[in-house]
Formats: sequence, C-alpha cells, structure tokens
Amino acid sequence: MAEFEPVLTARWGMDAPVWIDEYERTGGYNALRKAVTMDPDEVIEEVKASGLRGRGGAGFPTGSKWDFVPKDTGKPIYLVVNFDESEPGTFNNRELVERDPHQLVEGIAIASFALRCHQAFVYVRGEFLYPGQVLERAVREAYEKGYLGDSVAGSGFDLEVVLHRGAGAYICGEETALLESLEGRRGQPRLRPPFPVVAGLYQSPTAINNVETLSNVPHIVEHGHEWFAAIGTDKSTGPKVFSVSGKVEQPGNYEAPLGTTARTLIEGHAGGVLDGKALKAWTPGGSSTPLLTAEHLDTGMDFESVQAAGSLLGTGAVIVMDERDCMVEAALRLTQFYAHESCGKCTPCREGTWWMTRVYQRLEGGLGRMEDIDLLVDTGDNILFKAFCALADGAVSPVTSSIKYFRDEYEAHVTEKGCPFKTRAQREELAAVTPRGAGVEGSIPLSEVLT
Amino acid sequence: MAVLSEELRAKADEIVARYPDTRSAMMPLLYLVQSVEGHVSREGMQEVADVLGLRTAEVEAVATFYTMIRKAETGKWLISVCTNLSCALLGARRLYERAAEELGPNAAHGATEDGRFSLHEEECLGACEAAPVIQLNFMNYDRMTEERLVDLIEACRRDEPPAASRGGVPSPFTTTSRILAGFGEAADG
Repeated sequence: MAEFEPVLTARWGMDAPVWIDEYERTGGYNALRKAVTMDPDEVIEEVKASGLRGRGGAGFPTGSKWDFVPKDTGKPIYLVVNFDESEPGTFNNRELVERDPHQLVEGIAIASFALRCHQAFVYVRGEFLYPGQVLERAVREAYEKGYLGDSVAGSGFDLEVVLHRGAGAYICGEETALLESLEGRRGQPRLRPPFPVVAGLYQSPTAINNVETLSNVPHIVEHGHEWFAAIGTDKSTGPKVFSVSGKVEQPGNYEAPLGTTARTLIEGHAGGVLDGKALKAWTPGGSSTPLLTAEHLDTGMDFESVQAAGSLLGTGAVIVMDERDCMVEAALRLTQFYAHESCGKCTPCREGTWWMTRVYQRLEGGLGRMEDIDLLVDTGDNILFKAFCALADGAVSPVTSSIKYFRDEYEAHVTEKGCPFKTRAQREELAAVTPRGAGVEGSIPLSEVLT
Repeated sequence: MAVLSEELRAKADEIVARYPDTRSAMMPLLYLVQSVEGHVSREGMQEVADVLGLRTAEVEAVATFYTMIRKAETGKWLISVCTNLSCALLGARRLYERAAEELGPNAAHGATEDGRFSLHEEECLGACEAAPVIQLNFMNYDRMTEERLVDLIEACRRDEPPAASRGGVPSPFTTTSRILAGFGEAADG
C-alpha cells in the first residue's frame, strides 16, 4: 500500500488550535467555496459515492442519511452535531476540535448547504470546557469571515450555528436522548420510528452527525469521492482517527486508513504493550464493543472485519489490557459505568446493570459462587436488545465477552475466594468499600451487601 | 432576593433567543443560575421556570438528571478524577482515594466545610491518551500523579491553581458555569 498521507490530522503538526488565518492559508474553506457553487443534491451524491460512514459508532452511510432527510415538508431542517464524545476510551473528537476546529466548522457549513438546513446545533459535551471554547471562537471567526451567517461564502445561502453545552450524561451521546436534552428535557432516548431524519429536533427533519464524520466532508468535496474511496477497504472507506489507550507505550490518536490491523495500531503506532508485557485483551471500539484477545490482533479495523471477528468497530477506540490486569475487575468497572449512566427509562437496563454490579462486587470481593458466572450471562441475555437504545446492549458487551474469553479468571475468583491479581491486604480493603460512589447516600458497603 | 439580577435577566433573554423553542434554553439557564449560586437551589429552579414559562417541577426533573448541574453546595474548586477503564489501568483508583483523603469526607457529598473544594468521581473524560487524567473545574490535567495532585490541592487552597494542560488557568466554579452558559470563548495562545 502506498504511504498514507494524513487527512483529518494533516494540521496537527501546527500550533494548536489552528485559527482561521492559518486554516485559510493551508487551503481551508476552499471546499466550502466549491460546494456552494454545486447543486445541493450534487454534494449529497458526492458524499454518498465516497462511501463515508458515520464515525460515531453505528457506521450508517452519511450520504444516505442526508438523502433520507425530506426536503419539502415545509418544516425547517436541522443539522445537529454530536460532540458529546464520552464512549470510554474514545478521544478523537476532542483532539480534532482542540487542534483544527475550522475543519469541523467547514464540514458543518457544507453539510448544512447540502441539507438545505439554515440552523445547525453543536451539542458539546459539558466536560469539554476548553474544546467548547475553542469551537466557540472558531464559529465566531467563521461568522466574521462570512463562512457562516448571512450568505455563506457569498452564495446567498444563510446558516446559523449555535453551540449547546451538555451537562454530564453519557446517554446524551445517543442521538434521540441528545435531541431530548437539546429540547430542554431529561436525556432519555425516544422510541423509533419515527427516525430523527423524519421527526427529530422539534419534530422536524434532522440529520445528526458525529464530529469526525463531518470533518471528513470538506476533504471529500475538495478531492472527490474516488480519491476518498481509494482509502480504506471496499465497504469501509476513508481515513479514521483511532484512539489507542490503556497499557501501551505511547497512547494517543493515530490516523490510518480503515482496515489497518489492530496489530499495526498497537504495536506500530502506539509502541507496543507497556513494559513489554503480553497483551491480554483489547476493545476495538470503546467499552461498548465486545473485548477481543491477542489472537485477534491481525483483524482489520473496518466495520466488516471487526464484526467478523465477533465484535464491532464502534468508535475505533482501542483500550489495551495486559497480563497484569484482572478481567473481572475491568468488567466490574465498566458495568458500574453503565449502571451509573443508564438513564433509567427501560427496566432491563436500569435494573440489570445495577444487579450485575452487585454480582461483580461479590465475585471481586471473594464471596462469589460458581453459578454467579452463568447468572451474569443470563442477566446480560435479559438486557441485550430489550431496551430502547444501544446503551443497554453496550453494557452487556464487556460482561459476555470477558466471560467468553476469560472464564478461567472468573472461576479463579470463586475457587481462590477473591481476586487472584490482588494481595490479601488489597482483597480485604476491597471487601470493606463499595468502589464506585463510595460514601454516597444510599450506597451500601460491600460487606453488608454480601452477607 | 432574586437569584438573577436585572443584568443576568438580560443574559437569560439572550440565551432564550438562541433557540427556535424557548424550552431549549433550559440547560444554559441552569448554568447561568449556577454561575451566581455556585450550585442550583430551588429558588434558582423557580426563576428558570419563570423565564421558560414552566412549572418548577419540570425544571427540577431536568436539573436532577444531569451531574454537572450541581444541586448540592459546591466548592470553588471542583476536582473530578476519572476512574474509568483507561485511567483505572494506570492507577486512577489510588488517585481518587488520595484526593478523598486530602479533602476529607464532605468533599464527595457536596463541599468541604470551608466551601473551597468538591470532589467528584468521574466517568471517562475523553482524554485517555493522558491517563490518569483529572479535571479542575472541567480543565484537564494530564498524566496526573499523587504528588502533583497534592500540590494542585495546596495551590487551590491559595487560589493559585497552575495552568491546565491546555487552555490556561481554570476559573472558579461560578465563572466556569458562566462559560458553560455560553459566555466565554478561548483566548489566544
């Protein structure tokens, strides 16, 4: 394969953030100027032909989504940008905006033009205080230079962009919960259909796109769909910013074509497993995607190959665990995360995640029973595909996949009456407290739960 | 005494004007109230309800859903320690416990008695390349160590926090909430 030229991270060597003068000097907003001379449908066709698929996790074809938005209902059309990045292990949206915010602003402007949308909202994760400030300034600069506001790039097309800060709820990354939140409500997912493309924000046609997805759009318009489709695999086209973290020597965001193997990312880009230890497990796309193991390292990181390996590409967030890490403890921590972030709307998710944390604490605390392992599998089975949204399905992934590949570690927790990765003192300490939310009103010390 | 001054009522109107639908202003308005009170009280919720033409219960239903809308007293300096997987693999649990030891038991429930600190065990902060990561009033400090954490706490006792890993020196919690309400963009550098 020819040497891959970075696309989305091309400006990452420059002083960050890249403000508008530098952005324009390096070819920025050329794509927008080109787009507004095209027919909006032509822009949609270009994106469709490029094969671009959503980078937020689901991998839905972006051009088709834009095509599905009805343009003639008489209602306003909205573009909502999902910058609520919070899938554990995922941090590419944050760095894309912190370093090159105008790439996203240009993508928003082009997408809005294609959609005939005159009002775009960016839902910024609340904890992203600084990235939000960077984007706020970039938006203001773009208004001043005429790339947003009245007559975008002199085209006669008007566009308003409003930033909206979230307030600390993972579930709001789920697109219908995000819409609820943006409408000033609790972030609880909606039942589909109707899908947001038909009845989204304020019951109007709405396209919801991820930050990385939209950051690709200027490049597609500028260089054409054939150039884009030549990157990656047949069905998973284009570049991807992979987030690699956990037990690696050089954690970070690495841009590579879709289809690049996990081995290349972990052993090449990220410098291998920390301290030269053996890799035990890794997530291909954040904590909601089933764990894979060392035997899957040659899997191509594209939607099809990861699925064939028994997991999902998700956000392309690789979390690496090594031989020193306890899989039961890792699954416990992730299960606590889902229990904390479950919005409470659907019973299987709300109750199931909470009960699974209790079973995990029992195992990790040394009072587990052999049948607890199957109890976890059974509980997971009663959550999977039984809730309104994918948070519930994601919650099951670390549980079932860790049991599938590391059942022996679960069994060792039972036979050794505690975590084999911990000393006796650490085990006793563990039995004395509830790790997540310890001391918070309503929480019960583990020792009391167990007896 | 009203929570929102006349000047802030004007800001509230500015916030409402951003949206096609008034109710969408809910969250930024709650942040605006938080920027005055340091948290959101029932009186604050009543005023938001007043601006939006809703009942207080409807505002309360929203406010109680979101962790960054703080219902309890909150310190001038809110320390959030991520203990999710990527950070946990690199020792975040110990960092959180150290912060809890330094700040005492009240910090995690609301605020320390002197009103200076709050402590929050945080889910993934989307900065896993810098694990373990903590935030001080939502500004990131990368690759945190116990030693640096203790230094950071000491510096906050003097109201002199060091610059964050990106974006400069964090503001007090009230000012931070004003930024979250949509007032305050990034400066140069």
